[in-house]
Parts: sequence; structure tokens; C-alpha cells
Amino acid sequence: MIHISKRKEMPLSQSMAIRGLSIVLALVICGVITTILTGLNPIDVYATFFSGAFGSARKIWILLQEIAILLCVSLALTPAFKMKFWNLGGEGQVLMGALATAACMILLGDKIPNGLLIACMVVSSIVAGAVWGLIPALFKAKWNTNETLFTLMMNYVATQLVAYFIIVWEVPKGSGKIGIINQSTEAGWLPQIGDYKYLLNIILVAIITVLMYIYLKYTKHGYEISVVGESTNTARYVGINVPKVIIRTMLLSGAICGFAGLLLVGGTDHTLTTTIANGRGFTGVMVAWLAKFNPFSMIASSFLLVFMERGASEISTIYALNQSFADILTGIILFFIIGSEFFITYKVNFTKKSEEVEKADV
Amino acid sequence: MKSFNEHTFSRRQFVKLGGGSAVALVLAGCASGGGSSTSSDSSASDSSSSAASIKPGFITLHDENSTYDLNFINAAKEACQELGISEDTYMLKTNVPEGQECYNAAAELADAGCNIIFADSFGHEDYMIQAAKEFPDIQFCHSTGTKAHTEGLDNYHNAFASIYEGRYLAGVAAGMKLNEMIDSGKITADQAKMGYVGAYTYAEVISGYTSFYLGAKSVCPSVTMEVTFTGSWYDETAEKEGATKLINDGCVLISQHADSMGAPTACENAGVPDVSYNGSTQDACPNTYIISSRINWVPYYKYAIQAVMDGSTIDTDWTGNLSTGSVELTDLNTSVAADGTQDKLDEVKSKLEDGSLHVFDTSTFTVKGAKLDSYEADVDTDPNYTPDTEVVSDGYFHESEYRSAPYFDVQIDGIELLDTAF
Repeated sequence: MIHISKRKEMPLSQSMAIRGLSIVLALVICGVITTILTGLNPIDVYATFFSGAFGSARKIWILLQEIAILLCVSLALTPAFKMKFWNLGGEGQVLMGALATAACMILLGDKIPNGLLIACMVVSSIVAGAVWGLIPALFKAKWNTNETLFTLMMNYVATQLVAYFIIVWEVPKGSGKIGIINQSTEAGWLPQIGDYKYLLNIILVAIITVLMYIYLKYTKHGYEISVVGESTNTARYVGINVPKVIIRTMLLSGAICGFAGLLLVGGTDHTLTTTIANGRGFTGVMVAWLAKFNPFSMIASSFLLVFMERGASEISTIYALNQSFADILTGIILFFIIGSEFFITYKVNFTKKSEEVEKADV
Repeated sequence: MKSFNEHTFSRRQFVKLGGGSAVALVLAGCASGGGSSTSSDSSASDSSSSAASIKPGFITLHDENSTYDLNFINAAKEACQELGISEDTYMLKTNVPEGQECYNAAAELADAGCNIIFADSFGHEDYMIQAAKEFPDIQFCHSTGTKAHTEGLDNYHNAFASIYEGRYLAGVAAGMKLNEMIDSGKITADQAKMGYVGAYTYAEVISGYTSFYLGAKSVCPSVTMEVTFTGSWYDETAEKEGATKLINDGCVLISQHADSMGAPTACENAGVPDVSYNGSTQDACPNTYIISSRINWVPYYKYAIQAVMDGSTIDTDWTGNLSTGSVELTDLNTSVAADGTQDKLDEVKSKLEDGSLHVFDTSTFTVKGAKLDSYEADVDTDPNYTPDTEVVSDGYFHESEYRSAPYFDVQIDGIELLDTAF
């Protein structure tokens, strides 16, 4: 018989070894599948994977930029998830931030000084994201509604709002596209540092990462979030105002999502589409969980996901394989990584039939 | 949604997963020699220096699963093959969104040594222009865009095809079918109403349905048409619902400008004849499919790539037509189409090609009861849609002459728009 029990605490070296082993194993399986399905040499495929992520200075910058945006959304979701508030509305909160930014750029561009315009964009994007997070939080705090469904539904509302405004602002008429906003004047474009298009985004997100670490680990707010997350009854018992913590935390979560929308519209894309968040509101959930809500570990987990995405798209380009094949490889690798977390958290015991089977702690 | 599901595993499911990989872990102990293969080498320095040093790059919005992109991808492959460019020379980047990713993709293709780069989706345009400014020695060709003639860049080009001529011919086939229905007593002449499922109220769509209507009207003078819009270039459900709505509204023949199988399927289910777009739907709809028109991009791709190989310049705006082979009618379904359709099509086609017939001949339609003698179109794209160019002269509307992308956006009599929200 097999039974499974929770481990106490595993030494770091051992847990890292399990993680390393799982990645090696995943690569072996991916290699076998690649050879069977495509007849390609798996070593070449892996090399292409790496060159897709690191092949040139430009590719490295793109990698870092993608990490920064994904990390920003993940950091935004972290306090909510740590509080066990299942905020699946990151996508909508990012979109609302993006919408607010685009609105400022289109309506106020060239009408007010650029510095003031950017200040308006920052404030409105943060407020828009925060409001989108606040609405489900209020309902949760007042009437204990299910936040999973509520935040999810808010995504659709946000998508439709964005779709509506795209038609209001479309150029040319009827095209359903806005195109690059203020392409000639660059009004409202976040400043570029030197020759580096993406450096500003990367620096801003790095700062948010440090602040979020401090906030969660060393502040009273961070502590309250942990207690509410562990048990709302305990929180109430020690005198924490649970509704207040929920609302405050979701305001923060939505605000940072909105800020990510600002970085996307004002910093890089300079346009607004319904797909600009590109699923990061959901991928960010995975990033946060894989890193167990530690902002610094989240750098690693978002790196991993972006690295695989970039590598996978390179494979489909170089070998003319459909993107779906690259997605299969990504799925296998993720499966093993998530699986390894199981072995780090739980212990598998093989016992003889006669022995009394302990109730597994699962 | 994908990641949402991944996080709603119950612990029990998690245990099962772990159990599976326990076995795998043991296996790995034996097989782990390989290690993780790191970045070694090359991959960028493939053998390209064969014929000339031509290396085309292609950017598409989706992949082969989209009929729109498949049309481009097939054309890219065919053009390269005909020009003797080997498969590992040209590069194809699929699933590139209409945002900064497009600029990144174009720049990466440029880094990889591409000397001509194509993109297929309207929303790619601004990012292609951004890349074109940064790489002045590389040619950037954008299909369906509108800005090449106003940007003034030597290395940025737009292309389209006179698909309105294809639509007109498809309309002739539709009109023949209506005549057959009238002659057989199935409908009266007043009931000859067609339905059209459009995507957006965009000039390309307006130009498309108007030319289709005029084609039908040229053989069936009593025809009218209703148009509905879905607000998406690809939304199978909305297109199906749109077609069904039109059929319930009394439309006896349907056509569409949207990329899914929605409208053809609705027609097949209802037994209503359908004129398709972007390729034959005969296999799925054998009892209702009449004919389809589409743009063939092979001639343009060959022309532009050849120009780079020869060192000649590429037109700022290139408009393919029936004569260049860029506008095609595919697979007339003789079991549904009226008798004599093919002969009629051949006759009209040769008139269009020799210039004796113009699709938007102003003597064939009216706008609010009056003949269209003058029209300023928004040819130079701007946020206020400012009309800037007189496009009616010599008795016809000069479509796709002042730029390659269509700009016919006049609402003519006989066509009723059911909803214009999009």
C-alpha cells in the first residue's frame, strides 16, 4: 500500500535537487515525444528553445520586458491570493487600467503638457484598476458573495467596455482598430531611458517587487493578510477587521493590475486591444502559486513561464511546427514542475499490507 | 481560463498526479545522464547563402487554423517554392498579436537576416511602420493597410487586390440563381431579397457587399439586400445567428464577409443558397454552396520578393486584379448554380478585364435617389475620417486606385443595413 503524509520541512538542497530532477525528467520526456512526433533531434530543439529566449540582445530585452509585465500582474494578485481571496479578475483589472490610460492619451493628448498627461495616466489607470478590484471586494465583505465567479465575470464586462471604446476611437472608420496612439507626437508615451525601449518598465516592476516583499513580510498590513488567509475566525478573534482587510487588499491588488495596464499602453504597445492583457491575469495566478507568494521567487517563476513561451514560439518558427506542438512541450514541463512541488510538500510511504494504514494528511 | 482550471485541482487529484510521477522519478534516476541541453550554437546561421541572398519573413496574426491566415501562409509557401527559395530560408512567425509583439517579431526577423518582411493583418500596420523606420535597408510589405502612401517611407509598402471585382462576379452568379428561382415560380420578383453577414462597417466590407449587390442587380434588376454586422472578423456563433436572422427575415440567398463557417453552415441547415468567401465551402455545404471569391496573394508575394532579388523598387501601393491572378473565383457548384452561370461569368470577367465594364459604374446605382456625381473619400487615414480625395470621375467610382485598400463606403439604395453598431 502507498500512503502519503505531509513532510515537516525539507532542507533547501534537497528540495532544489527534486526540482532540478523534475526539469531534467521533463526534458527527457519532451525529447522522446519530439523525436516520435516530428523526427527532429531533441538536442537541436532545446538549443532552439534557448536561442529563442537568449539568442540576441533584442531577444533578451524582450524576455525581460515580458517577465516584467507578467511579474507585475502576478505581484498584483499575490496579496489577494495570500488572503485566500481568489482574484481571477486580474485580466479585467489590467484591461481597465489600459482603457483609462488610452482614454487619457486620446482625449488629452496634445491638449495638456506631457508631464501632466502622464500624471493623469498614472492616476487614472491605478484608480480604474482599483475600482475594478473594489467592486467584488465590497460584495464579498458585505454579503460574502463568491469572489471567484464575481471577479471572473468582471473580466467579461471589462472586455466589452474596451471593445465599445475601441469602436468609438477606431481609425479608420469601421476598422475596429485604434492603431498606435499619438504615433507622430508621442504624447503620453512613457519616457524611454537611453536606447532601451523596455528599461523603464523593468525598473518600475523591480521597485514594485521589492516594495511588495516588504509590504507582505514586514508591515502590519502584510501580517493581517496572512492571518485572514489562514483563518478568518482567528483574524476576527485577534481583533482584525476582516471586511476592511479584504477591501483594502483588493484595492491594492486592482491598483497594481491597473498599473500593469499603464505599462502596456503607455510604455510599450501604445494601443488598446481587447487582448492586450494576453491572459496574464490567469498566468499570473500560476506564477504566484509556483513561487508560494514570495515576490523574489516570483521573478524565477515568471522567468520560467516567459522563457518557455519565447522558446516555444521560436521552435514553431524555426521548425515550421504549429504553435500547439510548442504548447504541448510547455505543458509537459509545467506538469513536472508542479508535480515536483508535491514531492517537496508530501512524503510517499510504501507500507506492508498488514500494517495499519495511517490516515494520510491530505 | 486554462490556468484557472489548473488551480482548482483538489488535493486528491494532486495526489494522483504525484503518484504517476513517482514511477517516472525512478526511471529518471537511470536516465538522467543527458542533463539539460544548454544553448550551444548556430540555428541562426542556416544555409541561406544559396541563390541570391534573399530571405523573406512572414508575420501572421493566427496560424493555419484560421482560414484568413491559412490563405496567406499557403501563398507564402507557394511563392517561395516557385521562386526557388528553400524551406529553411524563409521564416514564418505565426500567432503574432496586433501590438508591440508585431514590432518585436519584425525586428527579430530583421535580426535573423530577412531582407523583406510581410505582415497580413490590418492591425499590424503601425508596428510595421515603426520597424520600417528602424531598418531602412529592409523592405516591409503590409497587406490590407492604408498608410504607405502618406508615410513617405521608401521601404514600406501596402498591398491589396481588387476583390470587389471578384465579389461582383460572385454577385452575378447569385443574381442568376435568383432569376432561376423567379422563373420557376419559387419566389416573385419582389421577393428577390439577399442577406449579407458582414464583420464591421469598414470600407473593405462596404465595398465588398456593395459590389456583390451590384453584380446581382446587373442580371436581376429587382433584387434588394439586407446586411447585418457581427463586430468580429471571426465569430462562428454570431455569423451563424446573423445568417439565420436574415433567412427568417425572408432572405432567399446569403453571402458573407467574415471568416468562419458560421453563415455557410446556417445556410446548409436551412437549405438556402450561399455565396461563400475565402475559398470553397462545397465539402461542408454541398446542397447550398454556389461559388466563392478570394484573394490569391501568390502574385504579390512573388512580385515583391522578385523585386528585392532584382534590386528594383516595390510599388508603394500594389493592387492585384483579375488579370494578375490575385482575384479568384473558386469552384462553381453546378448542382446548385443556375444553368449558364459559367458562360455568363466568363463574359462579365472579360469585360471587367478589358475595362469596358466598371463595378462601381455610377449609372447602375443611386444614393438617396440621386446619381453619385462626386464623392470625397477618406483615402488618407486620419482620426477624424476627413474626406480628402475626389474618387468619382469618367462615370465610375475609382476603387483601390488612390491607395490599394478599399475606400468605397457609400450607402447605396436597395441595400438596407439592419444594425450598424459595429
